[in-house]
Amino acid sequence: MTTLTPVLTRNWDQPDSFTLRGYGDYAAARKALGMDPDAVIQAVKDSGLRGRGGAGFPTGLKWGFIPQNDGKPHYLVVNADESEPGTCKDIPLMMANPHALVEGIVITSYAIRAAHAFIYVRGEVLHVVRRLRAAVREAYDAGLLGTDVLGSGFDLELTVHTGAGAYICGEETALLDSLEGYRGQPRLKPPFPAVAGLYACPTVINNVESVASVPSIVANGPSWFSSMGTEKSKGFGIFSLSGHVTRPGQFEAPLGITLRELLDMAGGVRAGHRLKFWTPGGSSTPIFTEEHLDVPLDFESVGAKGSLLGTRALQIFDETTCVVRSVLRWTEFYAHESCGKCTPCREGTYWLKHVLKRLEKGEGTEEDLTTITDIADNIVGRAFCALGDGAAAPIHSSIKHFRDEYLKHFEVGGCPFDRAASTVWENA
Amino acid sequence: MSRGFSPETRERLERDAKEIIGRYPKPRSALLPLLHLVQAEEGYVSDRGEEFCAEMLGLTKAEVVGVSTFYTMYKRKPVGEYHVGVCINTLCAVMGGDQIWDELSEHAGVGHDESTPDGKVSLERIECNAACDFAPVMMVNWEFFDNQNPASAKQLVDDLRAGKQVTPTRGPKRLCTFKEASRVLAGFPDDLAGDGPAAGAPSLEGLRIAKENGWTAPAKEDSE
Ligand SMILES: Cc1cc2nc3c(=O)[nH]c(=O)nc-3n(C[C@H](O)[C@H](O)[C@H](O)COP(=O)(O)O)c2cc1C
Ligand code: SF4
Ligand code: FES
Repeated sequence: MTTLTPVLTRNWDQPDSFTLRGYGDYAAARKALGMDPDAVIQAVKDSGLRGRGGAGFPTGLKWGFIPQNDGKPHYLVVNADESEPGTCKDIPLMMANPHALVEGIVITSYAIRAAHAFIYVRGEVLHVVRRLRAAVREAYDAGLLGTDVLGSGFDLELTVHTGAGAYICGEETALLDSLEGYRGQPRLKPPFPAVAGLYACPTVINNVESVASVPSIVANGPSWFSSMGTEKSKGFGIFSLSGHVTRPGQFEAPLGITLRELLDMAGGVRAGHRLKFWTPGGSSTPIFTEEHLDVPLDFESVGAKGSLLGTRALQIFDETTCVVRSVLRWTEFYAHESCGKCTPCREGTYWLKHVLKRLEKGEGTEEDLTTITDIADNIVGRAFCALGDGAAAPIHSSIKHFRDEYLKHFEVGGCPFDRAASTVWENA
Repeated sequence: MSRGFSPETRERLERDAKEIIGRYPKPRSALLPLLHLVQAEEGYVSDRGEEFCAEMLGLTKAEVVGVSTFYTMYKRKPVGEYHVGVCINTLCAVMGGDQIWDELSEHAGVGHDESTPDGKVSLERIECNAACDFAPVMMVNWEFFDNQNPASAKQLVDDLRAGKQVTPTRGPKRLCTFKEASRVLAGFPDDLAGDGPAAGAPSLEGLRIAKENGWTAPAKEDSE
């Protein structure tokens, strides 16, 4: 049996966890600043840490791409835009434990030789913005940021930057455009941000949880980190359970834990109901069903079963939930958030939304299922950024697992489900 | 040119704007916070607000409008003193967000992006706010109001309209106005960061179980 491994969540139950006093003395940053920057990069490579923002790219490798002695400023940009539907780990992390992130920023910036770092946080989380700014101010006051950090001769400025409501700004190059004061639209790659990122300078973009995990690696050693997890998916991660679960919440565990194990800890699917479908890592990851309860939640195993580990956003839906309704709502989201830069996604999400609306009302035909499959096929691989692929994921996977449920809608001329039965208060 | 800000207001805004611009290696990066700043002044992004941003950054007004219209948090017309969001993304919708929206919208007599005649409350259908383990979720002036139901939602809006104090679930004791909130987003902190809990109960669920069972991460490497 896999057991939980609280590291980033360890102090969240302390009332002052978000203050410097409640957090600790930045021992890992002190240690890192006494190391060679390349040795810090090597330690993160050795740990096997892979990006926690969804794509799972090896973090140390990414840092190693930053050219050195190139005479240009380097930047670290932390992706704190957390807006992928179902994803809800970075926000509580920054609310309860912002210093883990700030300490991670000090270490990461030192390793990649950046003198200015940014936290790009979504704007719709006011109290998190307060906690971040307060932590940054405390860190400056304690000499953990600013000129000559801890007397090491290393200088670091840290700016908290608030977004303004656009899911696409979580895509790393759109985020850079947004941070430069433009509409958030993805850039053509290459050049990759490691070569030409913020202000066309070498830039590392990492997820909040990735950066916040770094201090523990420096403090405890790479093999401590890699002793957790699976062969190619090392370490711990925060798993977020939401929806029709007895006790939803955040569970920090080694990668490779299964949904069955997590559900056991969370008291199971809510009383009197059973699992119908779930997302392993947010709405952009193809849905799973009961048959996937024992799939190890690591990058490789989830991928082998046709989905993606994504952000470990486990949204649980029981048998009262209509798949068509759920997919329609996600599709409306993608249509709304499509930045409009490329035709397959802009037009595709628009038409998907309209055909799905018809299907949900029971006014569709079997041909419509072919139509939405075709539209989704046409987005995948042709869209300019991964938002498009994400929009296609619920379509393809829901038709694969629940084709009959689509058919049922036009057989009965409407939605066969009672919405009230899915609500929280139905069971209360 | 539309009527600009009064000289006193303008002087104050310019001072704030310069402070914001100073935080960035390149001035244009200050555009999003500057738009939050003018929104803090007027409760929405007005023509003159956009002109002000353009002047401060040496941009054309068209360039500023191109940006401000891209982001949903910048409002084209005044919102209520309390801007109320109901999460209608799939998870919250299924858990009851759709019913909350229907009942609340009818109760308040306003639809998406509309304000009550007294200017107190505006409503918005919002997307996932990264609080799904607290579903159904509502936000007021971007503070968390977790685990809502139709009755609590209606009570909340009634209280806001009646000027009663309401307290976010994870946030400060006193709820800020929309303008005050926008100012924090522009980068001028109030002193409320210490208010409220470190975490809500669901955020602590895994930690609680780990403690109950004596589960921890492994001890650190011996050689370290
Ligand atoms: C539409 C879209 C939204 C994204 N949103 C986020 C986000 O909110 N936070 C995040 O860390 N990564 C997000 N990503 C992934 C980022 O592009 C990027 O891969 C990640 O920030 C890299 O950090 P990591 O290597 O530490 O995971 C998003 C990607 C796409 C395509
Ligand atoms: S895939 Fe969608 S979001 Fe991405 S660039 Fe194209 S239109 Fe924009
Ligand atoms: S779906 Fe409502 S907060 Fe995530």
